[in-house]
Amino acid sequence: MIIEQSKMQSLAARMSKDEVKGRSPWADARKRFFRNKAAMAGLIILILVGLFAIFGNSFAVWSNEELDFNVMGQVTTMGMPSLENGHYFGTDDLGRDLYSRTVQGTQISLMVGIVGAAIAVIVGTLYGATAGYFGGRTDQLMMRAVDILMSIPYMFVLILLLVMFGRSMSMLFLGIGLISWLDMSRIVRGQTLSLKNREFIEAARATGVPGWKIIIRHIVPNLLGVVAVYATLLVPLMILTESFISFLGLGVQEPLTSWGALISEGAGTINYGTLWQLAFPLFFFCITLFGFFFVGDGLRDALDPKER
Amino acid sequence: MTRPLLDVRDLRVTFQIQSSGAMPWHKPKQLRAVGGVDFTLNPGETLGIVGESGCGKSTLARALIGLVPATGKAEWIDGKDLISLSPRQMMKYRSDIQMVFQDPLASLNPRMTVGQIIAEPLTTHHPNLKRAEVKERVKAMMEKVGLLPNQINRYPHEFSGGQCQRIGIARALIVEPKLIICDEPVSALDVSIQAQVINLLIRLQKELGLSLVFIAHDLSVVKHISDRVMVLYLGKVMEIASSDDLYAHPQHPYTQALLSAVPVPDPDYDPVASVVPLKGDLPSPLNPPSGCVFRTRCPRAEARCATEAPALSLGDHQVACHFPGPLTETEIARARRTEAA
Amino acid sequence: MALLELRDLSVRFRTNDGEVHAVNQVNLDVDAGETVGIVGESGSGKSQLSFAIMGLLARNGTASGMVTFDGQQILNTPPKVINKIRAEKIAMIFQDPMTSLNPYMRVADQMAEVLTLHKGMSKKAAVAESARMLDAVRIPDARARVNLYPHEFSGGMRQRVMIAMALLCRPKLLIADEPTTALDVTVQAQIMALLAELQTEFGMAMILITHDLGVVAGSCERVAVMYGGRIRETGPVGPLFTDPAHPYTQGLLAAIPRIDHGDEELAAIPGSPPNMSRPPEGCAFEPRCSYRREECAHLAPPLEDFAKGRARACFAPLNDVRGGRATVHLSEVEPPAGDIDDDDITPAPIADAIIGGAGVAGTSSKVDQP
Repeated sequence: MIIEQSKMQSLAARMSKDEVKGRSPWADARKRFFRNKAAMAGLIILILVGLFAIFGNSFAVWSNEELDFNVMGQVTTMGMPSLENGHYFGTDDLGRDLYSRTVQGTQISLMVGIVGAAIAVIVGTLYGATAGYFGGRTDQLMMRAVDILMSIPYMFVLILLLVMFGRSMSMLFLGIGLISWLDMSRIVRGQTLSLKNREFIEAARATGVPGWKIIIRHIVPNLLGVVAVYATLLVPLMILTESFISFLGLGVQEPLTSWGALISEGAGTINYGTLWQLAFPLFFFCITLFGFFFVGDGLRDALDPKER
Repeated sequence: MTRPLLDVRDLRVTFQIQSSGAMPWHKPKQLRAVGGVDFTLNPGETLGIVGESGCGKSTLARALIGLVPATGKAEWIDGKDLISLSPRQMMKYRSDIQMVFQDPLASLNPRMTVGQIIAEPLTTHHPNLKRAEVKERVKAMMEKVGLLPNQINRYPHEFSGGQCQRIGIARALIVEPKLIICDEPVSALDVSIQAQVINLLIRLQKELGLSLVFIAHDLSVVKHISDRVMVLYLGKVMEIASSDDLYAHPQHPYTQALLSAVPVPDPDYDPVASVVPLKGDLPSPLNPPSGCVFRTRCPRAEARCATEAPALSLGDHQVACHFPGPLTETEIARARRTEAA
Repeated sequence: MALLELRDLSVRFRTNDGEVHAVNQVNLDVDAGETVGIVGESGSGKSQLSFAIMGLLARNGTASGMVTFDGQQILNTPPKVINKIRAEKIAMIFQDPMTSLNPYMRVADQMAEVLTLHKGMSKKAAVAESARMLDAVRIPDARARVNLYPHEFSGGMRQRVMIAMALLCRPKLLIADEPTTALDVTVQAQIMALLAELQTEFGMAMILITHDLGVVAGSCERVAVMYGGRIRETGPVGPLFTDPAHPYTQGLLAAIPRIDHGDEELAAIPGSPPNMSRPPEGCAFEPRCSYRREECAHLAPPLEDFAKGRARACFAPLNDVRGGRATVHLSEVEPPAGDIDDDDITPAPIADAIIGGAGVAGTSSKVDQP
């Protein structure tokens, strides 16, 4: 009897114990990430750049469209960066405040990068996961479509698009979004193929979980590691693409600007001794790229698939 | 006689292997993974399936549960043929047949909590259950398989291999199935943990009146858990008999060779003296031998074995062999000589 | 003097989760021509022990202690010295032969390379010798097969090729790390028989590392049982199997289903193996041991001789263990093995769930005893 009672008691005790909180693989990864110094430095840089883009305008004395007539014509001497006249970063060739223009360029460049990467993540992941999971003819068709899209010289198409439909932000997003997901879908498909034969997918199939649910619940969460890493590397790629287009003069339209456009302008006037016109946008451009690369590296280490 | 829970007749699984670099219109090669298997499974019974790697035992399990396409007949207790059912019709039976997998950790989604993993079959088959009730049932099931219910929010990587296998068993049991197919459920576990899981399976089977199909390559484990045992070789049934009978009086030469090779943890037992060696290697399933598939390695093969495939005999102790019976001393000695040569 | 002497051999690994104590102060002798089995479950440190002897530890691993082979200290010696020993005196075979064979080289070339490098043979003589060795490991038609690539051999044949390669330089010691785990039983039996034959033919000593007690019983003279990085019991194979003196050995033997026995219930060892990145303060087997007493939680028992050639590491009196007089009844419910993190505040309630609320381990035991 005594045995039974003690057993019952222990059972009751166990049943009433509070639920222990699990330590999810994400939490583990977060911990590893926060321990990575380079990645943390990258993250801090990105946060600072982000804050600059959001709140930078409230410190600006000049708006990005105003022309400072005092400076006009003598930019090399009067347009130097100075705290007194409010041109913290100096002015551009037309006498516009480079500080507020850089803030705006940062906003646009980051937006292009993030929107481009987001399209890639959403479309690419779903497309790739679907192709990989269903396999067979579906996979063949879907991936051949990607191959065809990839074989089109995309820069040419993009330039054509911008020329034909006019230069606008939405056209730029469309153009960048159109191509950005292709690589992503290939990567995701490959990962899905290797995940597909894992036993937990088989277990779900054996129970009769429908295909789309398996993709959403079992495949996509297990891909997110790879996707996150690739996305952080994709953001700078998008920024670079946009900069390149803007550098060609096909990017965003004045008075809007972006890093690429600013750098292009700065590079054009470098001979006149207005070095700051190149230096400030270039500085932001570079540290942001570095920030993303460091964060991407850190993410990859943190999400290393060889989990315990 | 009561109706068997599952009556399998001439189950075949053939994979089409497209050789690399072949054009789409080339005829693919046929890989016969399971080549006509017959057996019955009674309610509450444990059927062990043994065989070496490549004998088709895992494919057979996957065919029964509808993960790989098969031909033949697999009649469920209500008379429906599971193989000819459409996916929609099969849905009803999916909760009756559940599976426990080999690799405890790989069979659990690392991004889901234990509670979500165990609840998945339940929410799939009973989508109208209330959340609280699902949780209650998951907790009760965790208790039943020897896990602490307060661990419900933990993730698979926080558990050891043996505990992960318990989670896998809980997931299989939550929809109250009639049949559980265990595909090598203990071969990835350490000895001390393996015994825990085997005991658990035996206990749950008795408590819940389940039928088990227990697939393993370890003959001693299968002997321990099974009522009846089926020996597979190259996708064909060699012998089916009650576990005691099969291990005490194996009739098929292959079964005898297999049993003799099992290491025994007893220093007085001399393995070299008792092992019946098999000559050569396992033939390729792409190109199986004519007649009896085992004839190329059989110490007793004769001309007839090459031309005529032996049928499974009738009765309680079924053998697929033209010349069944215990191997004689001279046959064993001859087998040793040919192996040494 | 023994051929191989291990003195206080320890292996540590630095990982993200802290230091893993893979092997702890192992002492072991292997005589010339002898077969010693090292048995343990996964994570018991048995493989790392052999890697340490061979100087093959991963980069984040360090070994300390003494390893003397043939009178020469070989632990942590410069690569040049250990390479020579590895090639000529100690050979090793692994569980998966494919990992140690180069898939892009013919077997003949791989084997001949060993001989031309270490014995200075000509290529032709080396290939001939390789074929002879393949013949010695009973590979039919060795002369033709020597020109095949590794993937053209079956699993069992590949393991034979590995063995042939290991024996090329006629080593004095062969370390076999789970040589048959990946193989089917019928092939396993052939390989084990082959190893036994070759051992007498070549007169070498062998360390057989395995998790399978059945394999050890059939082929070893002496056995060391490892758990949690330490040797728990050593002794000649006969007495160790018939009269195990350590609770773990006892539990292990009771937990294997046996083909030569009836269907009595298996006596499983409750709980899970320890996590060696957080090594327990006392005996690593203590949480799973039904003979545990108070000191077990704080002190690691030393390995002590108790009979001729036999030693064990346990505080429980020998006669209690032999007589099966347990002190604690262990509940069947598993405590979580997941290591409780620093920021996790709930480890305590789980710990007492193991004893099933029975209070202090020592006192409640009499109640629970049948």
